[in-house]
Amino acid sequence: MTNSSSPDGVMLTERPSGRSATTGARARMSPRRRSEITWALIFVAPAVLGFVLLKAMPILFSLYISMTDWSAVGDAHWVGLDNFEKMLFADPLFWRSLQVTAYYTLVSVPVSMAFAFFLATLLNQRIPGLGIFRTIFYIPSIVPIIASTVIWLWMFNPDFGLFNSVLGAVGIPKLQYIFSEDQVVPSLVFMSIWGVGPMMIIFLAGLQEVPKELYEAADIDGSNAWHKLVHITLPMMTPTILFNLMISMVAAFQTFVQPFIMTNGGPNNGSLFFVFWIYRKAFQDSQMGYASALAWALFIVISVLSYLIFRTSNKWVFYRGGDD
Amino acid sequence: MSAMENDTSIGDSLIRNTPGVNKRRLAFLLCVLLSIAMILPLAWLARSSLMEMGQIFIFPPEWIPNPFAWHNYPDALTTIPFFLYLWNSALVVVPTIVGTLFSSSLAAYAFARLNWPFRDQIFAVLMATLMLPYVITLIPTFLIWSGLGFVDTYVPLIVPHWLGTNVFYIFLLRQFFKALPKELDEAAIIDGAHIVQVFWYIVLPLSRPALLVVAILSGLGAWNDFVDPLVYINSSEKYTVALGLSQFVGLYTSQWSLLMAAATVVIIPVIIVFFFTQRYFMTSITMTGLKG
Repeated sequence: MTNSSSPDGVMLTERPSGRSATTGARARMSPRRRSEITWALIFVAPAVLGFVLLKAMPILFSLYISMTDWSAVGDAHWVGLDNFEKMLFADPLFWRSLQVTAYYTLVSVPVSMAFAFFLATLLNQRIPGLGIFRTIFYIPSIVPIIASTVIWLWMFNPDFGLFNSVLGAVGIPKLQYIFSEDQVVPSLVFMSIWGVGPMMIIFLAGLQEVPKELYEAADIDGSNAWHKLVHITLPMMTPTILFNLMISMVAAFQTFVQPFIMTNGGPNNGSLFFVFWIYRKAFQDSQMGYASALAWALFIVISVLSYLIFRTSNKWVFYRGGDD
Repeated sequence: MSAMENDTSIGDSLIRNTPGVNKRRLAFLLCVLLSIAMILPLAWLARSSLMEMGQIFIFPPEWIPNPFAWHNYPDALTTIPFFLYLWNSALVVVPTIVGTLFSSSLAAYAFARLNWPFRDQIFAVLMATLMLPYVITLIPTFLIWSGLGFVDTYVPLIVPHWLGTNVFYIFLLRQFFKALPKELDEAAIIDGAHIVQVFWYIVLPLSRPALLVVAILSGLGAWNDFVDPLVYINSSEKYTVALGLSQFVGLYTSQWSLLMAAATVVIIPVIIVFFFTQRYFMTSITMTGLKG
């Protein structure tokens, strides 16, 4: 590690007549350079240690466990790829939870992105009270998830909740929301758009980066608002859209607290999210081997989707040249 | 009354004197309506937390508590041992903040301002862990802590932060440190300052806003965290506030007003911190989006 030269070698001073030729870079370094490297390694040591002990080792350990039948107590027996085979061919709830999670992701990601984008365009207008609106739109996203699940649980209450009273006022019959197999995922999607604050702020920052000259030029050409949105704003925003798409897709696939607190995966497994299924297998049924295999399946699904999004991104993401 | 009139007239003139009046009027109106919609769940929470059991179950619901049942708050805070949970949360939150500041500022300094072999490659590897779903490491990490006998202690909740496992904060501070003028370090080094002195006396004092962001985000993260306490903490006398509230949901689902009062108490500290530090909040989010 020490005998590679520094990337740009700025501070590396050669000393040809140094102490007797114990060849190797270390001997030829100035004391100051050597001290810089030593202290850099000391400074970075906690983080590297954390990476090795709490990321790299657990990943390898998880890979091993996923090929055993370990139940956290007793011995682990090597079962090869049996867990993955069981998952694919003998566990209907694997498919059920994958379907629920994919359904939720497919709906909540575009819906919440569109809503966040809409809020950002509103905040990008020159209207009074911008700071107040921005704060109000942002606040729901800082509410602790445990508290927001409690609030929404109460609002979804079919008998005394807020939503059914609003529907009742306009003569629509009561809905069951999270207590109905068909409505539970749409209800959770609806809940997810309450927390779009960070995405909105990122979109807003992106909107403010779009050069004003483009709009002025379009005004001179007589373009209407729709044309400006489609031909200027959206193309210029594609890098930001890609960023938000990736972040929210990965987050949606890992939804856990809402089903855990609000529905316990029900009704009839209608909200059996994938991570909730992993949690049950690992921490309620103590099937550590099988649960680890499930976790790897999730990792594969997320990786493949991320890869596909990135592969297609050069077709739709527009990067300004020379912009760092 | 007069203050309100003043406000709208200022707003009106600001709208009227610029081109695209109708568009701005519409945007303003939409902002007002959407603000009401976004606040509604919190208003519903506050209203429910102050109602007697009789009134909360009236359909269609009423908005104004009559009478105001302030006793819901002391009732909720004694039904669950809230102050014990608060103390437990403090035992997790404070060491988490200190540990995050410690590990991420040191690493960020090494990545941003020192030259050493494989620096950028190691940074890239650390950053890659951001893409890793947390469930992948959750199970093996639990098994490791369990093997070491640390389940049902706060060690698994705190130690990872002292080891910089939330790489996002290293990234955030590195961005900030890189933006400081390099001449500062060089001048100090020429004057005979040691690297540790440069870090402590020059870089850290100049980075107070960024360090504050990291302290707030990591503190809120620990306060809000639900999954780790759920996995690691078994004894109810060791529950954090977030975990304690979730137990309350299971036990007292019919006592909505108490549950709402408890939820309000969990939210209030977060809102207070947010109001005082809003600007830093927004900046840090923008940084992740633009340079991420």
